[in-house]
Amino acid sequence: MANSAAHSLTIALAGNPNAGKTTLFNALTGLKQKVANYPGVTVERKTGRWQLNGNAADLIDLPGLYSLDATSLDEQIARSVITGEQKGVKRPDVVVAVVDATNLERNLYVVTQLFDFKIPVVVALTMIDVFEKLDHQINVEKLAHMLKTPVVAINAKTGRGIKELAQEVRKASELSESKAPVFDDADETSGPHAKIFARYSFIAKAVQESTRHNDTPKLRISHKIDKVLTHKFFGLLILVAVLLVVFQAIFSWATVPMDLLEQGFGGLSALVKENMPPGILTDLISDGIIAGVGGVVVFLPQILLLFLFISLLEDTGYMARAAFLMDKLMSKVGLHGKAFLPLVSSFACAIPGIMATRTIENRRDRFATIMVAPFMSCSARLPVYTLMIAAFFAGQTVFGFISVAAVLMLAMYTLGIVVAVIVAFILKRTVLKAPPPPFLMELPDYRLPNLRTVLQNMLTRAWLFLKRAGTVILAISILLWALMYFPRDIAPTQSAATETGQTVAPNGEPAPAEDVVKESEQLKHSFAGKLGHTIEPVIEPLGFDWKIGVALIASFAAREVLVSTLSIIYNVGKDADAESTTLVSAIRDAKRDDGRPVWTPLTALTLMVFFVLAMQCMSTLAVVRRETNSWLWPLFMFGYMTVIAYAAAFLTYQGGRLLGYG
Amino acid sequence: MKRDREMTQQTTLNALPIGASGRVTAVKGNSRITRRILEMGIIPGVHVQLIKSAPFDDPIEVSVRGYSLAMRRSEAAAIEVAL
Repeated sequence: MANSAAHSLTIALAGNPNAGKTTLFNALTGLKQKVANYPGVTVERKTGRWQLNGNAADLIDLPGLYSLDATSLDEQIARSVITGEQKGVKRPDVVVAVVDATNLERNLYVVTQLFDFKIPVVVALTMIDVFEKLDHQINVEKLAHMLKTPVVAINAKTGRGIKELAQEVRKASELSESKAPVFDDADETSGPHAKIFARYSFIAKAVQESTRHNDTPKLRISHKIDKVLTHKFFGLLILVAVLLVVFQAIFSWATVPMDLLEQGFGGLSALVKENMPPGILTDLISDGIIAGVGGVVVFLPQILLLFLFISLLEDTGYMARAAFLMDKLMSKVGLHGKAFLPLVSSFACAIPGIMATRTIENRRDRFATIMVAPFMSCSARLPVYTLMIAAFFAGQTVFGFISVAAVLMLAMYTLGIVVAVIVAFILKRTVLKAPPPPFLMELPDYRLPNLRTVLQNMLTRAWLFLKRAGTVILAISILLWALMYFPRDIAPTQSAATETGQTVAPNGEPAPAEDVVKESEQLKHSFAGKLGHTIEPVIEPLGFDWKIGVALIASFAAREVLVSTLSIIYNVGKDADAESTTLVSAIRDAKRDDGRPVWTPLTALTLMVFFVLAMQCMSTLAVVRRETNSWLWPLFMFGYMTVIAYAAAFLTYQGGRLLGYG
Repeated sequence: MKRDREMTQQTTLNALPIGASGRVTAVKGNSRITRRILEMGIIPGVHVQLIKSAPFDDPIEVSVRGYSLAMRRSEAAAIEVAL
């Protein structure tokens, strides 16, 4: 590959997970990087520009790999990038193989596989300082000689070796062919794994010649830490403590920015109302778009915090320990140990939980985890539970001292977990049937988190969520708004009223919606109100009337919207919160046409059960669509969760009636 | 494990007591899992040590080639070890 100086190089970064690839990528590209997915799959594609001795080169960060055998999706993608078969990616001129000096033999395995592709390779040796702290020695020149490949010792944090790396890469790009040994012709007739053995015996020789190990190695620090963190008893205790800290942060610290965001969106919405001429467009912007998107963005502090903790736990190496501790329990359900933390995260919000399942290599395992994650009672369900408990179970006790509220809360969380376990069990035996995948998982050495990597990771994920889910959330927000906004009974011009909402009629504008009664009347006569009437026969066996039906439809935007919709429909005004006494008494006083009360404690309980199990969250569906890369899975999720929720609510209500309640 | 016999004891990685180590003699099977075990560096001749088992006795942590690898006992049962 004789290149002219003007030719822009493409360089790929390959190597084992935890070898320091991300840190090096960040150091080489600075802030100039792009994160997207490879087309058609959910493997992250990270690219950036590297100033290579004056000329900018394209740098591709390949997924972390132990092998290039193409058994996992990550490996397939990496392989096709290296061979130049990946669409939209130029075949790299040089591969920089990131190799962890403290774990030389296994790290070099994938390097010997790279040799087979006859692509110029430059080895970037990381963690030398750690290696030398253990009183081991390494001769870099000797290693390069043995591998017949340039080797550069680097430290991405101090900048050591970065210049030399650039020089070697440039030199390698000008070579006509690589001198590195090729194992393509290893004799596989002597056994199916002869090639693996040949690679490792080559590696063993190279390592033996170039390193000197201290004969009495100090006990690795990670082993000392693990004596506590993966201890049979204390390990579990600490895991619980870690989770408590995470939840404390999410449920108390996040409330400050969440309140600010809520006020901010409220203010913005009011500002639009004040400064734009009254009309459909104004209402669309302020009540549809700003309120709808705001309802989702309000959860962003929680989502960001959760991403922060997940990134932190991944970067320190604790994530693998959590999977190690919990694998036995998770495998009983047919899930991988790595599913534990994503599922626990889903108690705060299913979105980060679902996005965190990417660490699960096996597709079926990962999908099964995604499918059950929304059963974990997330924070958006809390206002619903709180309202129902405040209205019908407040101050009651069982046996004189246990509060009914606490028992109900616990029951709701437990119900979600139990159903998730059952569904995972069934899915793994039917739709997602597969032999148990290998657990084989490296327990990487603990290390201090790299603040930059952690923050970048958090922001990237949050941005991906907003960008990809944003359009779906926006579309559904507008749709739901239109359902509740049209037809305008106050301006009953047929033409404007029956259109789907595209027409912006400048005439016949309604009075400002400050009037609470008018707002309520409007909702009752809207398409959503009619839809509520339409589904009434279906939800009647659950004890729900059409007004609750309207609230169910509206809460698809986000579960907590149920509270504000009920407030509007019961003439309390949409700003009432879950503990509002006026809303609580309005719910208690609501009557059916025949004079019976709409709500009984049994109805409230039924509604809570329904909310534990129903897929009432457009953001989650949007994220599932993104993470599974098909509409099939989110639709399946919506379908089966609704069926389960309906069945459970039906059993609760009808069972309760048979027992004489309600 | 009895050490009174001259012959080296053959067992599986799964059956090693906590803290014990041995030399891999064979990895049984020809599945994707077998291949992955080999690729992670557990090949005949290599030295392995069973570091610990998880709270419910499964999975186990194995030290090999200077790093720690967690695996299920069912996977470790395919790895034959000489003490």
